[in-house]
Amino acid sequence: MTIEQKRIISVLMENAPGGLSRVVGLFSQRGYNIDSLNVAPTNDTSLSRLTLTTRCDDLVIEQVTKQLNKLIDVVKVQDITEGSHIERELMMIKVRTRGDERSEVKRCADIFRGQIIDVGPNYYTVLVEGDAAKLDAFIEALAEMRVLEVVRSGVCGIARSDKALTL
Amino acid sequence: MAEMLSGGDILLKALKDTGVEMIFGYPGGSALHIYDAIFRQKDIKHILVRHEQGATHAADAYSRVTGEVGTVLVTSGPGATNAVTGIATAYMDSIPMVVISGQVMSHLIGADAFQETDMIGVSRPVVKHSFMAKSPEEIPEIIAKAYYLARTGRPGPVVVDIPKDVTAPHIKVVYKYPEKIEMRSYQPVKRGHAGQIKKAIKAILQAKRPVLYVGGGAVLGNASEQVRELAEILNFPVTNTLMGLGVIPGEDPRNMGMLGMHGTYEANMAMHHADLILCLGARFDDRTTNATAKYCPDATIVHVDIDPTSISKNVNAHIPIVGPLDSVAREMVNVFKATEKRPDTDALEQWWEQCHNWRAQHGLFTHPNHEPSKGSMIKPQDVIKMLYKVTNGDAIITSDVGQHQMFAAQYYHFNRPRQWLNSGGLGTMGYGLPAAMGAQFADRDATVACVTGEGSIQMCIQELSTCTQYHLPLKIINVNNQALGMVKQWQDMQYEGRYSESLYEESLPDFVKLAEAYGHVGMKITKWEELEEKMREAFAMTDRLVFMDIQVDPMEHVYPMQIAMGSMRDMWVNKTERT
Repeated sequence: MTIEQKRIISVLMENAPGGLSRVVGLFSQRGYNIDSLNVAPTNDTSLSRLTLTTRCDDLVIEQVTKQLNKLIDVVKVQDITEGSHIERELMMIKVRTRGDERSEVKRCADIFRGQIIDVGPNYYTVLVEGDAAKLDAFIEALAEMRVLEVVRSGVCGIARSDKALTL
Repeated sequence: MAEMLSGGDILLKALKDTGVEMIFGYPGGSALHIYDAIFRQKDIKHILVRHEQGATHAADAYSRVTGEVGTVLVTSGPGATNAVTGIATAYMDSIPMVVISGQVMSHLIGADAFQETDMIGVSRPVVKHSFMAKSPEEIPEIIAKAYYLARTGRPGPVVVDIPKDVTAPHIKVVYKYPEKIEMRSYQPVKRGHAGQIKKAIKAILQAKRPVLYVGGGAVLGNASEQVRELAEILNFPVTNTLMGLGVIPGEDPRNMGMLGMHGTYEANMAMHHADLILCLGARFDDRTTNATAKYCPDATIVHVDIDPTSISKNVNAHIPIVGPLDSVAREMVNVFKATEKRPDTDALEQWWEQCHNWRAQHGLFTHPNHEPSKGSMIKPQDVIKMLYKVTNGDAIITSDVGQHQMFAAQYYHFNRPRQWLNSGGLGTMGYGLPAAMGAQFADRDATVACVTGEGSIQMCIQELSTCTQYHLPLKIINVNNQALGMVKQWQDMQYEGRYSESLYEESLPDFVKLAEAYGHVGMKITKWEELEEKMREAFAMTDRLVFMDIQVDPMEHVYPMQIAMGSMRDMWVNKTERT
């Protein structure tokens, strides 16, 4: 028995219409889950880099990467969780802040090295970046507060070596 | 100055330059500019079907017979959605096909316009790839890429959606067909990994109870000759999937018959007891494995396939080889030609003795699992045996889906690849008749017979009219048991005979009159004693379509039948005996 693990998969694909829907469609069609997904053009604007996170075991991840590779628009696929890697995610969180709450939120943001990027009489918007676990922890730290809105970018990842996912 | 052409003319010219000779299609609003371009040219023949599903199945069969890419042309909306079943059928069986669909005008896309459907979206899960042409200039390259993708690597259907304004006659541009197709994101593998092939050879040399398990990939990859040579040089028992029939001649002594749910007793027993399975171009589909947890417990599995996703998807492969079958099998043959080394011959002899014993016990031909036909009791199995006899085993056989399909697969000995056409993966009822049309267009001299049932034939029966228009002398073998036979068999075996919605009662048409209404010959056959004579009479009418409505025993079941959740060796061998 293999166990389910969080995987970060990087996909380099043609920046062509319909490409993203083929990736997303593949996951729903084959019964795989997507926890997060982001996509944007690379320095070569004819290519897009897509990062998605999923939880699955070794057998499933083998199929997922093979199936992604099979998509015609996909140039390369890498499971970056296989090796040493860096992951980052961006989160903007809007919190109701009145009276003492304002200093409490400011303190929390400082601890997490977040920045207050917008402010109103009743709220702060805090920007935090880090790995997914850190962002989860920040939300947890504000458990006593009234969180109005959370927006997360999804995980971005890159391998720790001079090898690169390029053409 | 270069000639200026409209998008419609560019499309036809690009198709011609790609080598297309025939299109199966149906016109409609969004495709009318294209149809006008068809009218104004002579190189490509268009076949007008009666329903877009018929066009896709006909193009699919045209491809299966010729090995070329089949071409379909439909209009937007319902034209496109009607084609989806045929596209899915081709996708599941890896058939190269290009489906060109008209689309509403660019500025109307997304406006819920008349006859608008997001064809790219609707077809996405059942195509190898798809394109939308945004301008007439793009058409030649898209067409060249579509055909390249359809036929290379693991073949499959490709959709090309073209908005109506892109083919408009008043917008003319310079025609330029690409000299070469290169796609940086698509490079199909050209040969198998040498190290893996070496490992496979080593495993083969150690085998004592080997089975060669051959699938449709051997047909699609034109590897029949190489696979035959390999079987011969190794003297291994061979079994094939439903899609692999004909790769090894049906009457070859090494051929153990089809495996799987309705496979032969000897093939399934051999698989279960094998210590080596050399799988060539099959995908361990659930209908061939029974429960994967109990699958072939002693076997080392060597799996050769052109598609890496097929490997270790359902059953773990110990030695995977990704590559084109013709090349990999050729390399294996060459290794054995260059060496005297062979697997243990004494062990192989014992294994063959065991296989022959299994065949003697419950073989389809050595030990029939049904009563003989007599009087008004015609057994469906005997209809197929008679068809084989009357056609000298030489006809192209298409089938629909159900009991008759399994009987055809079991009892007609296919002696060459591309002789047997059926919807194996998707199991599409309605495939048989339009497929027979496509086969006859692919080979006007061939004898083409469609083995069908009274259920399946009614799903695409309108194509009898197409057969009239193009004088297609098909022979339709309607194995009429007055019920959805396979559904009824399952209801007999698993639902205590509760025939929920599987009986037609008195509602079936008079098929003789129906055939005659379309201008064909109809025959009703109710007695075993007249079957051979009538069938010979029908096949002697080489210029007419003959619809043979043959009344068969409605209670017959297909055996062997594997027992669900069991291993390969767990089967009912007839109505009362199981392993």
